[in-house]
Amino acid sequence: MLEIKNLHARVADTETEILRGLDLTVQDGEVAAIMGPNGSGKSTLSYIIAGREDYEVTDGDILYNGQSILEMDPAERAALGVFLAFQYPLEIPGVATMTFLKSALNAQRKARGEAELTTPDFMRRVKGSAAELKIDMDMLKRPLNVGFSGGEKKRAEILQMALLEPKLCVMDETDSGLDIDALKIVADGVNALRGPDRSFLVITHYQRLLDYIVPDTVHVLYKGRIIKSGDKSLALTLENEGYAQVIGEAA
Amino acid sequence: MSVVQLKPQSPGETSLIARAEGAGELSKPRREALDTLRRDGLPNRRVEAWHYTDLKQLLGTRTEVAPSHVVGGSDLLAPLLPNSHVIEIGTDAQPTMGVSVLRGERLPDWQEPVNHLDRDVDTIRMVNVALGTVTSEIVVAAGDTAEAPIELRATPEAGGRQPYVVCSVGAGAEVTIVERVSRTGGLSASVADLTVGDEAKVLWIVDQEKADDETHLGQLNITVGRGAQLTVVFLNAGGALVRQEIHTRTAGEDAEIRIRGVNLLKAGQHVDVTTTLHHTVENTRATEILRNVVTGGRGVFQGMIKVAPGAQKTDARLACNSLLLSDDGEFSAKPELEIFADDVQCGHGATAGEINADHLFYLMSRGIPAAEARALLIKAFVAEVVEEIEDAAVVEALEARIDRWLEANR
Repeated sequence: MLEIKNLHARVADTETEILRGLDLTVQDGEVAAIMGPNGSGKSTLSYIIAGREDYEVTDGDILYNGQSILEMDPAERAALGVFLAFQYPLEIPGVATMTFLKSALNAQRKARGEAELTTPDFMRRVKGSAAELKIDMDMLKRPLNVGFSGGEKKRAEILQMALLEPKLCVMDETDSGLDIDALKIVADGVNALRGPDRSFLVITHYQRLLDYIVPDTVHVLYKGRIIKSGDKSLALTLENEGYAQVIGEAA
Repeated sequence: MSVVQLKPQSPGETSLIARAEGAGELSKPRREALDTLRRDGLPNRRVEAWHYTDLKQLLGTRTEVAPSHVVGGSDLLAPLLPNSHVIEIGTDAQPTMGVSVLRGERLPDWQEPVNHLDRDVDTIRMVNVALGTVTSEIVVAAGDTAEAPIELRATPEAGGRQPYVVCSVGAGAEVTIVERVSRTGGLSASVADLTVGDEAKVLWIVDQEKADDETHLGQLNITVGRGAQLTVVFLNAGGALVRQEIHTRTAGEDAEIRIRGVNLLKAGQHVDVTTTLHHTVENTRATEILRNVVTGGRGVFQGMIKVAPGAQKTDARLACNSLLLSDDGEFSAKPELEIFADDVQCGHGATAGEINADHLFYLMSRGIPAAEARALLIKAFVAEVVEEIEDAAVVEALEARIDRWLEANR
């Protein structure tokens, strides 16, 4: 699904290097967790996979199903099935949530050569997904994310993910700002989407999320590189011992 | 012996005067306005009120006041709002429930400037009278709610006369009025004087969509009574040279004024919005928000807040936000505050920027292609002020006009 090779990247404005030779492979259907201390490059990695322009890749490559995506813009990557659930979903006043959802769905369908959804078909899908995520339809009548609480924003991200049916879901600290009930709802939403041809890259600070979204692999990101990989037990080790031990071993 | 040395005329002045003279025998007021126009010409940029819109030079020869042939009346275009009662200004109109419409004889008083920064006469009113005026007097009876929105149209006619509307909304009445400024074949100079009675509620919409080579000078003067609510929404989506003036004056306490404007600008256009919020009594409120999409051309906003002595507790605010989408476009904003009371809140703010890169990334990350994502965000920027209007039909109609422009000017 995803193969990142020797990725070096920096902030375009300041030329500060953030990723320093990152290697990571995620198989079809795999849930890979990325953990790491603050400032290790976790969010940067998610933005670079999604195609944000503020970063510059200076070396290495990102292959998605064997194809390099570095030259593609974010919309092209999304149409291929890449999805980023934002740590801080943006509020966009003036853009109606439903208009946005419909534009996104139909743009992706169009890019894949599929027919646009009819309005009733679209509404049916939105209602179905919203109900599962306990999202009130009235909330979706508001402008995109405007006035949503932190938890509502995260649920709205998962709603978008459910509707767009991506193949590679990158989740950037989806657990931040969620209380335990909201966390369960979000995790259930994610687990419902797990399948043999859909992979997840779950970025998190805390082991807690991984109790609900159980990963196949866990990777520790530090100073722009993966310094240790393991199975789900690695997350528990980190929770108990902190990052110092792992960082010390890698040094 | 003395010789009166007339100032040299600009091509615009020559052309305008020729138009005004063209209609044969002139009435006395019209002759007076024309004589003043001949003597003093049009204001240039040394006149403060016209500093950013040098009418003398900018007018050029686009002063055709009527098409070479008269094009038809009410089937010209569908009304902006469904089920509107359409009034052709200066004609005998069918009355509608609660509203009387008379063909009037009154002319705009042009001998006093409405904007004190103009010269000693009022430019737009003078041009209106010099070209010949057609007048409609509209009265909405006290306590009535007009059964349908009223749409005012200035139908192009061979004489090229210009519209003047005197509108009085009685105490406690409610009405929506649409001023439709459409293609007339060249220059239009329209004036409206509106009186909003105590506790009345008026929504006045100006939909200006002239052709790319036309000129529009428009002036709206409004007196707002005690406890009355006035909303003015204007859309400028056309014209080569446009000056829209809106002047409000509070006449009673608790008057509430909202002005919302959208200016859509492209290369070759010069669009000037000049407004005055004049607070003359205690406890009145006004907010004015302009949103400008600039893909080229030049935009101007001159926003004056005047607070008279004794008009305590005035709360008046201006905002002018521009989205600059091209290096070739520009927008100038000039707020002016003239405050003669010591317990007031007045403020103004202007911003200019490009499309928010974070917003663009968010939309694109969901698969919306760059061009479509940009269009959504541009629409959002202007839709925000339109969506404040309580009437869903009005919001829908204005958004459709905005969409049409954005679609045509991507």
